[in-house]
Amino acid sequence: MFKQYINKSGIEAEIGQRCSYQKVGCRGFCSKDVLVDVVIDGKKTTYQLVKPIMVERIVSEHIMNGQPVAEWTVTPDYEAFHSKQHKIVLGPCGEISPEKIEDYLAIKGYKAAKKCMTRMTQRDVITVVKNSGLRGRGGSGFLTGLKWEICLSQQEQPHYIICNVGEVNRALAEGNPHAIIEGLLIGGYAIGAEKGYIYIRERYHLSVERLQNAILQAKEKGFIGKNLFNSGFNFDIDFSFGTESFICGEETALMESIEGKRATPRFRPPFPAEQGLWGKPTIINNAETLSNIPLIIGKGAPWFSSIGTEHSKGTKVFTLTGKIKNNGLVEIPMGMSLREIIYGIGGGIEGNRKLKAVQVGGPSGGIIPESMIDMGLDYESLHKVGTIVGSGGMVVFDEDDCIVSITRFFIEFLQRESCGKCTPCRIGTKRMLEILSRITEGKGELEDLSTLERLSSVMTTSSLCGLGKMAPNPFITSLNHFKNEYLAHIREKKCPAGVCTSLITFTIIEELCKGCGMCRRVCPAKAISGAPKKLHIIDADLCVKCGACFKACKFKSISKG
Amino acid sequence: MDNIKVYYKILNEYRKHDLNLIMLLQKIQEVFGFVSEDSVYWFSRQLDIPASKFYGILTFYPKFRLKPTGKNILTVCCGAACHIKGSDKIVQKVRETLSLNEGEDTTPNLQFTVQEATCIGACSVAPLVILNNTVHANMDTDKTVKLLKGFVIEDEYIGY
Repeated sequence: MFKQYINKSGIEAEIGQRCSYQKVGCRGFCSKDVLVDVVIDGKKTTYQLVKPIMVERIVSEHIMNGQPVAEWTVTPDYEAFHSKQHKIVLGPCGEISPEKIEDYLAIKGYKAAKKCMTRMTQRDVITVVKNSGLRGRGGSGFLTGLKWEICLSQQEQPHYIICNVGEVNRALAEGNPHAIIEGLLIGGYAIGAEKGYIYIRERYHLSVERLQNAILQAKEKGFIGKNLFNSGFNFDIDFSFGTESFICGEETALMESIEGKRATPRFRPPFPAEQGLWGKPTIINNAETLSNIPLIIGKGAPWFSSIGTEHSKGTKVFTLTGKIKNNGLVEIPMGMSLREIIYGIGGGIEGNRKLKAVQVGGPSGGIIPESMIDMGLDYESLHKVGTIVGSGGMVVFDEDDCIVSITRFFIEFLQRESCGKCTPCRIGTKRMLEILSRITEGKGELEDLSTLERLSSVMTTSSLCGLGKMAPNPFITSLNHFKNEYLAHIREKKCPAGVCTSLITFTIIEELCKGCGMCRRVCPAKAISGAPKKLHIIDADLCVKCGACFKACKFKSISKG
Repeated sequence: MDNIKVYYKILNEYRKHDLNLIMLLQKIQEVFGFVSEDSVYWFSRQLDIPASKFYGILTFYPKFRLKPTGKNILTVCCGAACHIKGSDKIVQKVRETLSLNEGEDTTPNLQFTVQEATCIGACSVAPLVILNNTVHANMDTDKTVKLLKGFVIEDEYIGY
């Protein structure tokens, strides 16, 4: 719809004023989309929440007559959302056209690749990346430069480089695909690989389309192919279409998948940098890591290491989601506090409710309680509280969310995604899920908690890969900070947040009921009875706890608990 | 048989481009919408690769289907962000509306298939429903049911 709409506005604008229109990538402020910029004589006006029916008025009033439509322009939220961020890799997204290589060239695109290949040796490139302090943006946060160095020193030929485009990186691929390709190119040069793979899910249609288009354009301009920049270096990029598996985020599992096998992780050592794809030295970098590379080469290591904290340099992109007002993609300097992200950039909690906790780092990340949100976000401090930077997922929970049920959800996900190769993970996640389900159904016992703790420690120490090792994270962290909630489920058989359906009952408050019959009409189980204008009653045996009556009652006379 | 002709075509492509087993199975699924037992044994014989290898891959990756799909495919994203915004209720409602029995994901008349996806990376507009490659953002149970009803009657998208 977005494309169709832009086309429509573009054509209309062209007829009216001979001005040009431009398609841009995501700016990250997704909760107020569609955003449209109108630039006249260098003066930019941004509209939010634009819908097709609004186009005509914007075109006729603003573009034809120069009068911006004031009530549709962006609110101060837009300013707050953007001004507090530090956009390095996301900077060009939403400003340049992702489908034109000329736009990327205009912002010094491919200059860094040229500089590497014409004026720098492989060691030079690695030294710069090492000095910048860039760490992997996908998982454990290993130093990128160091990883490259290990790979370069391997005698075995050929070497491979793989770019993993995950969920968070999708916006990069759609907004500025050339940066990923240039990063891959530089990485390939540095480690001596002549073949690069882009591993991306088939379902990300737009990302795939734009990356393919970008590769074609780069080939035309001679940035990919034989004897690049007369340096004698050859480089080619291939796609490998991933399947939807969480385990494919694990390096060795990803390589198994490219080789066409079941994606089960391998034992290590040997590490992928020594023996990776088809047994050859391989580097896997995440698209965000690679997008940083051209900037580091272009602007220098000192520039990059001036951003962030002592041990975590640069910026990190997070997907800010959940019960938050301004959700979207945010790029922040490492070390920014969670409070600033949630209240500064995110604009606070939806409906001004109370913040309960934040989960950082994807499904296997830990849950951070409200009391700790003043901590800065970087690799070290997140590690201290039992979570990871991971791929940069950030889910905000408010007081209406039940921590036990959320933990159960994450464990359920991890259980489904466990590849089944090693026992601690395969059976551990299954048992954890069973016990947690029992607790949410009100059948939990006190000793369940110690069983879960024991299981967690076995999984953390003996699982083969990161998935199993980190799977208990949501449980461990939530038990640390929200033990009361677990105890309420087990001892009192109550869900304080009123989420776990087995533990809640709906009752009608006598004083407030007006007898309107609304609840009786919406009840799918016919569990509510009562004559008009008389008190209604819910039959607890028939009630299926769907909450329809709770939603329908206009007098707030139904209590949940 | 017509199928055999298509199999040969896929086989040629497989040999020409040096594809791997995952790609081969993806091709089969692309053409037929699912991977039939028939096709697995045919390719297994042709390539001299045991059928267990095929099934190893087919049952590992959730995207592969061993049963025919419906004409319309409705995918509900069940990632973390969608979950806390109520995607489980959407799935439940959709299954109810289409009267699907437990363990089934396709209606008997092959009109609809309901799938659950892990995070598809658009968390900021959660919860998401994808109907035949069109993404519908910020959904709820009512909107989804309206969307479905529109399809049942008109067999095409009529908005919600």
